[in-house]
Amino acid sequence: MIKKIFAVFFSMSVIALSCSASFSVAAKQIDAAKLRGTEINVYNWGEYISDGSEGTTDVNKEFEKETGIKVNYTTYDSNENMYNKIKGGGANYDIIIPSDYMIERMINEELLEKINFDNIPNYSNISPEYKNLYFDPKNEYSVPYNVGMVGLVYNTKMVKETPDSWSIMWDEQYKGQILMFNNSRDAFGIAQFLCGVSLNTNNSEDWEKAYEKLKEQKPLVQSYVMDDIFNKMEGGEAAIAAYYAGDCILMADNNPDLAFVYPKEGTNIFVDSICIPKGCQNKEAAELYINFLLREDIALANAEYLCYATPNKAVLENEDYSLRDNEMLYPDEEHTPPTEYFHNLDPEVLMLMTTLWDNLKIEGNNDRSVYIGLISFAAVSVAYFIYRTVRKKKRESMY
Amino acid sequence: MKKNTLTQRLCAAPHVVWSAIFIVVPLIMVIYYAFTDKSGAFTLENISRLSDYTSTFLRSLWFGIVATIICLIIAYPLSYILSKMKLRAQSTMVMLVMIPMWMNFLLRTYAWMTLLEDSGVINNILSKIGIGPFHMINTSGAVILGMVYNFLPYMILPIYSVMTKLDNSLVEAAQDLGANKFHVIRDVIFPSTLSGVVSGVTMVFVPSVSTFYISQKLGGGSFALIGDIIEMQFQVSNNFNFGAALSFVLMILILICMAVMNKFGDTEEAGGVVA
Repeated sequence: MIKKIFAVFFSMSVIALSCSASFSVAAKQIDAAKLRGTEINVYNWGEYISDGSEGTTDVNKEFEKETGIKVNYTTYDSNENMYNKIKGGGANYDIIIPSDYMIERMINEELLEKINFDNIPNYSNISPEYKNLYFDPKNEYSVPYNVGMVGLVYNTKMVKETPDSWSIMWDEQYKGQILMFNNSRDAFGIAQFLCGVSLNTNNSEDWEKAYEKLKEQKPLVQSYVMDDIFNKMEGGEAAIAAYYAGDCILMADNNPDLAFVYPKEGTNIFVDSICIPKGCQNKEAAELYINFLLREDIALANAEYLCYATPNKAVLENEDYSLRDNEMLYPDEEHTPPTEYFHNLDPEVLMLMTTLWDNLKIEGNNDRSVYIGLISFAAVSVAYFIYRTVRKKKRESMY
Repeated sequence: MKKNTLTQRLCAAPHVVWSAIFIVVPLIMVIYYAFTDKSGAFTLENISRLSDYTSTFLRSLWFGIVATIICLIIAYPLSYILSKMKLRAQSTMVMLVMIPMWMNFLLRTYAWMTLLEDSGVINNILSKIGIGPFHMINTSGAVILGMVYNFLPYMILPIYSVMTKLDNSLVEAAQDLGANKFHVIRDVIFPSTLSGVVSGVTMVFVPSVSTFYISQKLGGGSFALIGDIIEMQFQVSNNFNFGAALSFVLMILILICMAVMNKFGDTEEAGGVVA
């Protein structure tokens, strides 16, 4: 009985709380009150939002509290994964956060819904340099969430020199201590910078050249990783790796021996933007959510938690932002390497890249011991089979 | 002898519908995708491209076979010992075999990764005693270890359950007729537990051949097994047709292996128990 009373009391106080919160939001353009009790489905990268761990702001919970809109949050680990899910039409999402080239592809394939920017007054917080980017030149489909570059992270205890080039990932003396992207586009990107060809080349010879480069590197690579890199670099299991700048700061926090550099050949720059996919069920709530993510306090919480560079100038001007002077995230002009965005590749080029990537992965599978093993296994089985049959025949003849 | 009464058929109906929707229909889809291109037109190109992956198929088969044999070597004597224990001890031991299976398979594999690393737990302990360090992670041995560890319970449990039903009077009869220990095992115990061995082998071999997570984590992604290639087709390349062709051929290969396996089972039974 007491439990019941408590439950009633508790739910009433929750309702009262959320009501009082709704007034503050209702003052904005969208009539938030009528969205109360609805749901939105958010589909984001793993580990890509401040989630309330270690005393940080829980962004989704905060949104639910303020608006009364329930957030169903799910994650993916690659653009391609997310694309396949949206393309397959198996599920409905209201918010997705793809990267630049994927947004270009999704706009081309009409998988994205136009955003009504009247509902997103906080869009004025976005720095002008991150508006009108190549993948969305008219600013109709996307709102920048995070910006980042790929860099070289290395363990100063294990690497004596100060690397300034991707070529250190091809250096024989670090054999077995190099970690490489387990992601075709990023892995090829590094080889392409080293070969001096564009990331977005349509020339198959350029891709072959990059492939040869990767093949040359394979014997030196300890493993091809994505998120495992955190464990391996922090634990001193590997000496050199390439990864996204924001994550490198997180790693360096946990292991002070780690240092970070942008190689001189240049590097990939990426922008992950918030989009609304076609088939969205609750567009107004989704826009409310985007507006919420751009609000200074929320964007600040995310920027602090994720350690990625933010396109939000309100955060950049905020004195409380601890990373605002970080050279890795916001390098001055002198230290900014040449950068290139990924563009969406033509289907034929994409096909070529994945085939080459497959080949790289099965390269070296032609191990002689496997053949010897299989043949001897087959021989033993056949011999056993014959022995059995002979024995059976013998027995039958005995009776 | 058996007559399908209406009630029997009604009871079976949900199962039949379930299998139709979740087994037969997906299988048909796999075959459909394997023989069509992106536009849906019939093509054999997917199948002909498979020849590039022969070495990968063979490696997967080899890893599967090795893992299965190791599992069998560990599980068979273990199940025999288990079945001879006191009843209470038996249930405790079976419990111990089962407990790891309560934990997520991915998590267990991930744990092995930290154990096997060059600066991992095992090497740390070894270097404290003054041996090693050994390079264990990212070798084919680590992948096979992962397979054996993850799939061992599927070998133990079926063999154990057959072992417990083994009629001891058969063993005594054999001994009375002058069979030595070796003969008892070869001609009485092994043939009558063969059904458990066959199902155990199937349950270990099939997931081992098609695994992808283990080879990625413990093999460092440097030698891809066929499961990895299939996963890449669906997750990264978005090439469902080729992925389906790979799966289709893998399925056929596994079926062939199983058919050969069952052939062994048949002759055993005829040579041992019946004759």
